[in-house]
Parts: sequence; structure tokens; C-alpha cells
Amino acid sequence: MITVDDLRVTFGHGADAVAAVQGVSFDVKPGESFGLVGESGSGKSTVLRALVGLNHDWTGSVTIDGKAQAPRRDKAFFKTCQMVFQDPYGSLHPRHTIDRILAEPIAIHRLGDADARIDRVLRDVGLGPQFRFRYPHQLSGGQRQRVAIARALVLEPRVLLLDEPTSALDVSVQAEILNLLKRLRAEHALTYVLVSHNLAVVAAMCDRLAVMNRGRVVEEMDVAALRRGEAREGYTRQLLRASLGYDRAAADSFRDFA
Amino acid sequence: MTTAHAWLTTETPHSRTQARLGRIYIGWLTFARNRLAMMGLGIVLLLVLMAALAPVIAPYDPYTQDLANRLMPPSAAHWLGTDAFGRDILSRILYGSRLTLMIVALVAVTAPVAGLLIGTVAGYLGGWVDTVLMRVTDVFLAFPKLILALAFVSALGPGIENAIIAIAITSWPPYARIARAETITIRNSDFISAVRLQGASRVRIILGHVVPLCTSSLIVRVTLDMAGIILTAAGLGFLGLGAQPPAPEWGAMIATGRQYVLEQWWVATMPGIAIFVVSLGFNLLGDGLRDVLDPKAS
Amino acid sequence: MSDTPLLEVENLRISFPTRTGVTQAVRGVSFSVGREKLGIVGESGSGKSMTGRAVLRLVPPPGIVTADRLSFQGEDLLGMGEKRLRDIRGRRISMVMQDPKFSLNPVMTVGRQIAEAYRVHSDAGKAEAKRRALEMLEAVRIRDPERVYGLYPHEVSGGMGQRIMIAMMLIPNPDLLIADEPTSALDVTVQMQVLAIMDELCSSRGMGMIFISHDLNLVASFCDRILIMYAGRVVETCRASELHNARHPYTRGLLDSLPRLDDTRAELPVLNRDPAWLEDGA
Repeated sequence: MITVDDLRVTFGHGADAVAAVQGVSFDVKPGESFGLVGESGSGKSTVLRALVGLNHDWTGSVTIDGKAQAPRRDKAFFKTCQMVFQDPYGSLHPRHTIDRILAEPIAIHRLGDADARIDRVLRDVGLGPQFRFRYPHQLSGGQRQRVAIARALVLEPRVLLLDEPTSALDVSVQAEILNLLKRLRAEHALTYVLVSHNLAVVAAMCDRLAVMNRGRVVEEMDVAALRRGEAREGYTRQLLRASLGYDRAAADSFRDFA
Repeated sequence: MTTAHAWLTTETPHSRTQARLGRIYIGWLTFARNRLAMMGLGIVLLLVLMAALAPVIAPYDPYTQDLANRLMPPSAAHWLGTDAFGRDILSRILYGSRLTLMIVALVAVTAPVAGLLIGTVAGYLGGWVDTVLMRVTDVFLAFPKLILALAFVSALGPGIENAIIAIAITSWPPYARIARAETITIRNSDFISAVRLQGASRVRIILGHVVPLCTSSLIVRVTLDMAGIILTAAGLGFLGLGAQPPAPEWGAMIATGRQYVLEQWWVATMPGIAIFVVSLGFNLLGDGLRDVLDPKAS
Repeated sequence: MSDTPLLEVENLRISFPTRTGVTQAVRGVSFSVGREKLGIVGESGSGKSMTGRAVLRLVPPPGIVTADRLSFQGEDLLGMGEKRLRDIRGRRISMVMQDPKFSLNPVMTVGRQIAEAYRVHSDAGKAEAKRRALEMLEAVRIRDPERVYGLYPHEVSGGMGQRIMIAMMLIPNPDLLIADEPTSALDVTVQMQVLAIMDELCSSRGMGMIFISHDLNLVASFCDRILIMYAGRVVETCRASELHNARHPYTRGLLDSLPRLDDTRAELPVLNRDPAWLEDGA
């Protein structure tokens, strides 16, 4: 479904250039849920933004749904691939009603039948029709994230890219959104790429994952191995250790991996 | 009343119209709590009423000269006195409100719209488009407003229409600056990225998503600038480059009253008070609107 | 840990008047802190941050704070004058906030800010303050203190910024540290390192700490004792090591809804909020 080969992204020019992604390659099979794990600055979100076409300055090759992708995407591409952002407070237009937000993609792609589509997609994400004419500021964080997911689903894409979809939410709400995302994947046969710093979230959501550090993939593993704690690389083991909670001795042993 | 209130403030509107009206209603409630703003609104509404009803409420014809009654002080017959040609000042001020309102309305629908479009396009597209548009803006900003307007009016010829064009041409650059600055802060926000990911064209993003977020601060700014626009128009009228006699434009009225200002003070003072009150009204209204519309405050 | 509590809070209430009535952010919270690490856990809107701020009277207006008792080493914090309060703030009680970027002065080098923090609360000279600041930077395990001393806040990473904040807050040697989500903007590994520094400084100086966080697991592994807050009230208090035996359905629900690494549940249990939790005596 998705093939990424030797993806490189550099920000800035000349002496200020920062190589954010330095030759990343991975494959995601149709219907699979793939996790990209790393700390801030590892380049995981940058990979996602290059995949979806928000970042144009990259080299390498990206193939999505059998088509090689140029840095700039045509309108049809967005019917295949959509993205959900991290911050539900920043990803919805503050002056648009939910109705307007969901109607926008329908209007852009001239799909027609807007009312039925909006009702269906709202029900799909567990929000009733009573939410349709509200403004984002009238909704809680979890409800907003449901709207953001609904917006991504309106175009009935086959691939959903998720950028830390629950890290801005409370834990109890996180569980609801993770359940919702799982259910939607099963119902719509979606392919996921999930970016997260939280190993437990990736373990709950994904089949396979790649661990990134400083713009490179450190190791790829399947989730069963992650659950058993079978990491080959020191960096991954340190990450695993840190995600288990505070331990003074362990913290003292942490080091930087270049 | 209570049912209308409930319908408007409901958390679950059932239609687009209800949602929009509810939003306006909440804004109105916020606005109505500000007494000074309500006073400003009252003054502006009064101006509109005066302009609309001038033929009905004006006691005399504003153009009819009555040389026997020239330069009469305020009295029961002429509440605000008469000018050098014996024309009733109250009637002239009432008719003059039409000119003031026309200037304000025409400038308000041209300059901010032009500024908004130039600013959002420059801010959103960036690159050389931004550079070119903003350098043009800088050129316009570098001139003192009144001098530039004077230059335009002298080139176009005196008259109220040309004065309006000159004011519009000189007042869009600050709006373009504001709109550009706001656009740059929202250009990279997630909700703009999200609509890009739906395949929206640049025109659609700018008009449908960027412009609505810039308008509220522009409306506030325009309202606050109205006083300045009225004063510029009056200034042009005063210099003889705006409305031409015998049109009852307030600035021109002051200009003609200037020579009598020591003995017949009311000739220049009455239109002066009118300008002052209306400017104050727009300023108060602008302050109130800022409380309602400014997204940063809420 | 000692027997006399540093801070005693009884029936703390914080309310905010709004257009539609009065919002109760904190509704009758009581606890005490000794020379220990007390964790306050809750979701957004639980009132945990407001509780922390109320101790230093930092609740923003128009918030109204009342309490039957809010005392620090026997001294009443609510009734005390501004001058005495400023004395206590920083010197005796310090606060570390979530984002160092907002708490540091952007136009002053970090070293000078730490030195200033020391000088405000002591009559030390410039040279002495600088020496102490460098020592403090070393204590928070900054490798090259001399270099970092001369950096501006935008030149340091998030993890280092938070260490600098901690250095600044601890240099006057306070008795109580209030840390409000001090590490949640940081990466996990950096987070653990920063916590280790706080832990060590806490135990070596016999300092008390209030650690405010949304992260149950973190608090359970880091603190000695935990308060769980929900909708402005403390619903449960327990020893950190006993958290997995928590009894309140809210605490249980939160624990269950967390995904775990060894998790094979097809679906995470979702927290069903019981209106009864809002009532007293739950």
C-alpha cells in the first residue's frame, strides 16, 4: 500500500541546513497498521508530512496505492490518503461549524449528497446529529478529535495517517479514540500509519512498527516482539525501559544515541 | 422572548441559520453589556437616521439663500443659527450627514476589501508575490495620508467622488499589513493544512478559510479608522479639494465659517461639533466591536 | 520524612465567577505535605493545577480562593501580607511550571537568571552568586556549566531548559517544591533523567514536593503518596505503591483505560463517569 524508499528531508539551506530525515525506507501492506515511534526531533512527523504531501522538499521515492508520488499531489490523491492531526484544538477552523468543516471536502470533490454523507460520517465516529451545527469551541477535546477523524473519513480514503492522535487528550478520552480508530480500521479496511512517542499506544494500535532516532530508522519490529520486550537495539531498549515508569537506577543509565 | 433566547443560545442548533443567528446573538449580548459601545452605536444609528430623514426633519432647504438673515446667532427660528448666505446651519448639517455617510460607506467597502485581499494573498502565497505586494504597500505607507490624498485630488480634480477615491487609495495599506500579519500566523496552522489535504485550491483556502479569520480584526480597525476618514474628508473639504460649494459638507462648512470664527463662532463650531460627535461615536463602536470580535480576547 | 507537615490545606475552595454563574474549580480539598513526594493526579479540569497555584496565591483573577486552613509551617498563607508572601515565594516554596520557554526571561542569559534568583533571596555578592549558579547547573547534571551559563533561553533544548528551571527554583534552597507537569513537554528518556535529578535533590536536601501530573503511571512510580482528583475534589488518597489496589471507580477506570505494553485487550475499557462521583462522601 505504501512504499517509502530512501526518503530524505532537509530543512533550510547552506550552513543552516538540518537533515531531519536521512534515508528512511519502509513498506506498509494493505490493511496493515504501521507505527512510527520516536522522540521529538526523530523525524517521525516529518516523514508523515512528506507522505501526505504537506512537505514538498524531499528526495527519494514514495509510492502510495501503487502510484509513485511527486512532491506535489493532485486532487485525486487526497481521496486515497488523509491525515489526522495531533492537536484537536488547532486542527478545526474556529469560525466554521462542524457542518461546514465536513461539507468542505464534499464541495471540493463535488461528491454531492452532502447531508447524507455528513450524517453518516458523524454517526460513524460516534457523534450524533445534534453536534452538526455546533462550533468547535462548544466541543470537548475528544469530541473535536472525533470531528477531525470524521473529516478525514468523508472522502472515504484507503489510507489514514495519524500524527499523535491522542497525545493531546486525557487518558480516559484516549481510550475512546483508540477504540474508535480500531473499529473504523476494521469496518472500512483502512491502512494506518500511526506516529507516536507512546510505545503503549503503538502496541495497542499497530501490527508492526519502526523506531526512529535522529532522522533514521533504528529498527523495525512487529508488535508481538515489542510486547515481549525483544528489542535488538540499545536505543529501543532504553525507550522501552523509560516507558515503564520512573526508576532512578534506570534513569541514571540512560545515554544519548547518536 | 425567553423562548427566542433559548432557541438562540441552545447548545444544539438544528440548522445552519440557527447556528449563525445564535452566534450573532451571543456577540450582541457581549456587545450590549458595554455601555459606551452602545452609546457609539446609538450615535452611528442616529447619523444613519439623520441622513435618511433629512428632507423630512430639516426645517429649511439647505441651499436656499436668505441674505436678509445672514450670520444670525442660534435662535428659535434657526436653532443653530445661519451662515454667511443666510442658510440654516441645522438643515445643512442634517443634509451634510448624507455626504459624511456616503464617504464613510464608500471608503469602508473599498479600502479594507482591497487591503484584505492584497494582505491575505501576500501572506498566504509568500515568496515573490509577497515581496512585490508588500513593497507596493510600503511605498503607499511612506507618504503622509493627507498629502497623498491631496496629490490624488489635484490630479483627479476637486469633488466629493474624487476625494473618496483619494481617501480609499491612501487608506488600504494598513489593512493589507494587518491582514498579512494575521495570515502568516494562521497559514501554517493545522486547520489550514487539513483543508489543503482535502485538495482545496489556493483561492478557496484564501477566501473561505483565511479571509474570515482576518475580517473581524479588520472590522474593528475600520470602525476605529472611520473617525480619521471623516476628518480626512473634512480636511479635504476644508482645503477646498473635497465637496464643492454649495454642497453642505461639514469640512467645507467649517472652512467657510473660518473667516467669521471670532464674531460669529457658531458658523464653524456647529459642523465641528457634528464631526466630533460622529467621530467619537465610531471610536466607541469600534472599541465595543473589538471586545466582541477579537478572537484573541475570547 | 518528618512528622510535622510542611503544608496543611483544609477545605480549599476555588471558584470563578462567569457570565452564566459561578464555576467551582476546586471544591473542598484537604491534604498535608511533609518532607515527601506527594503526587496530585487528575485529568484536565480536575482542579489539580489550581490547587498547586493556590498554595502560592497564584490563582489568576477573578478566581476566589477560600480555605479553612492553608498554612506553611504553621504560618497562614491566605491572610499574610504581600511582602511576607514574596519572601516565602521562591525562598521557602518554589514552583516549576510545564513549559520553561514561558517561565524564563528571553533576553537574559540563563546563568544570570539563576544567579539573580539566588541574590534576590540572599545578600550574596555577584561573584558568589555566579559560583553558586554554576554549582547548581552542575547539580542538575548539565555537562558544561560554564558554557550553558552564557546561553539565552532560546538556545537551549526543552530538557535542558527544564533542568535550568529546576536549578533556578532550587538555588534558594526551598523547603517545598511545587512541580506542575514539570516533565510532560519532554521526551520520555529526558523526562526520566529530569525526574532523577529532582528526586535526588529532594532526598539530599530533605525537601517536600508536590508533583502535579496527569500521568498515573509516572506518579505511581515517582511519588510516595498520591491524591487523585476529579472535578475539583480529592476522590482517593493512597500510597503510591498501593495504587494498583485503588478502590474508587474513577481511579480504577483511569488505570484500566491506559493502554499497556503487554496489552492484548481487543478494546480498551472506557471510563463511564458516574454523577455520584461529584457528590461529597464518595
